[in-house]
Amino acid sequence: MSKQIVQLNKVVIRFAGDSGDGMQLTGDRFTSETAGMGNDLSTLPDFPAEIRAPAGTLPGVSAFQLHFADHDIMTPGDSPNVLVAMNPAALKANLHDVPRGADIIVNTDEFTKRNLVKVGYETNPIEDGSLDQFKVHPVALTSMTVEALKEFEISKKEAERAKNMFALGLLCWLYHRPTEGTAEFLKAKFGKNPEIMKANLRAFEAGWSYGETTEEFSIQYEIKPAPMKAGTYRNMSGNLALSYGLIAASKLSGLTLFLGSYPITPASDILHELSRHKRFGVMTFQAEDEIAGVGAAIGASYGGALGVTTTSGPGVALKSEAIGLAVSLELPLLVVDVQRGGPSTGLPTKTEQSDLLQAMFGRNGEAPVPIVAPQSPSDCFFAAIEAARIAITYRTPVFLLSDGYLANGSEPWCVPDVSLLAKIDPNFATELNHEAADGTMEFWPYLRNPETLARPWAIPGTAGLEHRIGGIEKTDGAGTISYDADNHDKMVRLRQAKVDAIARTIPELVVDDPDGDARVLIMGWGSTYGPIGAACRLVRTEGKSVAQIHLRHLNPFPSNLENILKSYDRVILPEMNLGQLSMLLRAKYLVDIISYNQVRGMPFKSDELATVINDVLESV
Amino acid sequence: MTTDSFPALSLVPKADALQTAKDFKSDQEVRWCPGCGDYAILSAVQSFLPDLGLKRENIVFISGIGCSSRFPYYLDTFGLHSIHGRAPAIATGLATSRPDLSVWVITGDGDALSIGGNHLIHALRRNVNLKILLFNNRIYGLTKGQYSPTSERGKITKSSPQGSVDYSFNPVSLALGAEATFVARTIDSDRKHLTDVLTAAAAHEGTALVEIYQNCNIFNDNAWEPLKDINTRDDLMMRLVHGEAIRFGKNQEKGVVRKSDGHLEVVEITKVGLDNIITHDAHAKDPGLAFALSRLSNPRTLENTPIGVFRDITRPSYDRLMREQIAKVTEDQGAGDLQTLLYGKDTWAVS
Repeated sequence: MSKQIVQLNKVVIRFAGDSGDGMQLTGDRFTSETAGMGNDLSTLPDFPAEIRAPAGTLPGVSAFQLHFADHDIMTPGDSPNVLVAMNPAALKANLHDVPRGADIIVNTDEFTKRNLVKVGYETNPIEDGSLDQFKVHPVALTSMTVEALKEFEISKKEAERAKNMFALGLLCWLYHRPTEGTAEFLKAKFGKNPEIMKANLRAFEAGWSYGETTEEFSIQYEIKPAPMKAGTYRNMSGNLALSYGLIAASKLSGLTLFLGSYPITPASDILHELSRHKRFGVMTFQAEDEIAGVGAAIGASYGGALGVTTTSGPGVALKSEAIGLAVSLELPLLVVDVQRGGPSTGLPTKTEQSDLLQAMFGRNGEAPVPIVAPQSPSDCFFAAIEAARIAITYRTPVFLLSDGYLANGSEPWCVPDVSLLAKIDPNFATELNHEAADGTMEFWPYLRNPETLARPWAIPGTAGLEHRIGGIEKTDGAGTISYDADNHDKMVRLRQAKVDAIARTIPELVVDDPDGDARVLIMGWGSTYGPIGAACRLVRTEGKSVAQIHLRHLNPFPSNLENILKSYDRVILPEMNLGQLSMLLRAKYLVDIISYNQVRGMPFKSDELATVINDVLESV
Repeated sequence: MTTDSFPALSLVPKADALQTAKDFKSDQEVRWCPGCGDYAILSAVQSFLPDLGLKRENIVFISGIGCSSRFPYYLDTFGLHSIHGRAPAIATGLATSRPDLSVWVITGDGDALSIGGNHLIHALRRNVNLKILLFNNRIYGLTKGQYSPTSERGKITKSSPQGSVDYSFNPVSLALGAEATFVARTIDSDRKHLTDVLTAAAAHEGTALVEIYQNCNIFNDNAWEPLKDINTRDDLMMRLVHGEAIRFGKNQEKGVVRKSDGHLEVVEITKVGLDNIITHDAHAKDPGLAFALSRLSNPRTLENTPIGVFRDITRPSYDRLMREQIAKVTEDQGAGDLQTLLYGKDTWAVS
């Protein structure tokens, strides 16, 4: 039977199932095939903190959303056009996000009385009419998979586990995705167990064939490749990009990369990734706790390495004293905070931007620390290099504020030519730098570079430059212990001035205002770039004007920020916190920012932000 | 003595010329209280360092917080005075990434055993190439006289007016429990013993823990006096020497035997005969006997207090193992190429 083929310009698919159903893997595979097709894409994994919550329950639902299109897109999509629900819990947990008229593919085998009761369904939603406003496709995924695999010498349980591959095959057929990549992937993944490998491959093919032959699906969709600038592309997630950025910074500076880290969600993948790259000379130290992680990184930096510690909000809290030490020692240090929902343990697997003020102020004393925030998954690569540049050039700890959404989300990335990346000069001190009263030369560890205000970085092993430094206040220049009141006042101001001076090397902000006549500015920082940008597009397609800026540097701010803020009638600032950046901007520039906030553990929806912009536009 | 005597320091560059204690004195005024035991330790360390024959710039002293932690300021080497309890962690990062350095940690009973207890035990189990000198005066000095984790129970201090109800740590037992590869104890006032123990620690590859009984004459004066007083010390203190029978007393009349239940006991040698006195084996793979020795002392009366090297065994250091892994991977796969890494395995071209 020949099927109708319909062209779409974009689709949002959400795969949802039990934690053990392999939804993340299914989503990753579909993403890879989609990337290979040349579509633009953006992904959003959403999984529970529990490793395996009881099967079939709401807390155990794991989901993966993918947005792909024939044009440039900025977010993983507000709501799915297609929901794949592997069991009643997945349906119930995700239905509220599914718009009327959307397709829902349900695995009917799992809609047993017992499973329905588990999640509080009194009747079967597939049969009771409650899903009438959707296009429901009941598919016996499990039993068809088992049937397709009956000739294999595997257990029934193993056969059932391949149902995610059946679903993947069906979706690949439905959206015209290629299959070679998944075949190769399965060969590599199950290479040691050929029977399981063949069974999964068969399940995948069976899903595809089912789509081809069943009358349940009468339409096949095509989404043409998106025009993109020429180059070599790959799919890139935030934590991977960040890890690669750290390795690149190590190469660009010639410094050994030393990671001191304690496992914590959602930052652990950076530790895992870097530990795989020993051939780059990367040293990874899995410490006994968060404090030891940052302590070891400081020790490595003291010895002339690029010391890095990776963590999330609770870990930053534990590291605070050590970060203050690094402020006082004036040594390079990268503190990577992949933010998650807080306070306390909070929502470990959900995203939030609520550590900005912790990064800014979460230390005793006046302890300024520069802050850099990436704006998209692949931007984590460049943000990591920028954070390293600041840390090394200015001899200072630097916060790199990623978040759970960036960490696990992915997008196509035009791989840069590494020969075009700017080198970073560690500029180690090797010479005596100060003439004593008696005319002899000596080494002053706190004699600053007049332009950057950075102190000399003299590493152990440098003859003649032996010196002692510590967390006690030091004499300006000489670096010896000093409790002098005026000296302390001067040193506090010098440390602040050094951080402020970084603004001179930060590019000025460029306002995105295609019409050039916008009276309302919307701004953001970090991972909200995609949703804000998509919201601006929605507003502009209605013929209205809105300007957008996005901050990559949160401390210090770019030098033209104040002028920009003051040249608009209204400034809107959405944040996934209760208004932390807006508080900083109001305090510093006395600008009446309109703060829009949400802490739901998920990124903003662009529709929601478009409404916010429209409301403000009407008030101008 | 030459550095050839210190295979553990083989990667650290050697000094071009002979050094003296003066070479290791910094220009900073020493600010410990007059009479503090730290002076004797500083002097011993300054005199002992030239024996290592290392380039001064390749020696680093790292400390935490407390009176003892001011130590690095007074040595003309590289030095880092860090934060409370964290020196072992900081030193771990430095020693792991810089095999060409001789890294020393200076800490006290509060710094190492209270706030930094976790870092201490993990440094010991990992066997990072560090030498940890733990100055134990059984009191908090810099915060002016609260009881410490090594203070005897019942101790009356500012924070324990009715007497401390804390049970105390024995640092040597703790270190042996963490399976440290080198554990020793010495006393600030015994210059020769202190120097011998430091020398043995320097020669050890991996983490060495040296507990130094040190006197705080302001807040806990004479805490170790019975071990120093010429009239009492020989009866209380047993000097452990590898390969020798463990005997002590003014006339060497006491010795250590293993009882039928496996425990150790101090006995009159005449009652059991010299053959039954156990011989000290610092190189024993199992830390059990060393641990049993560490349990003989009475924390209140200081009776049966062993000093010397309890344990000195060979186990590859953490930093060496990490370097070897990196070297092996690099040899097998070749040095990494950044551009290749960034491309990965799954790319597509847009023209």
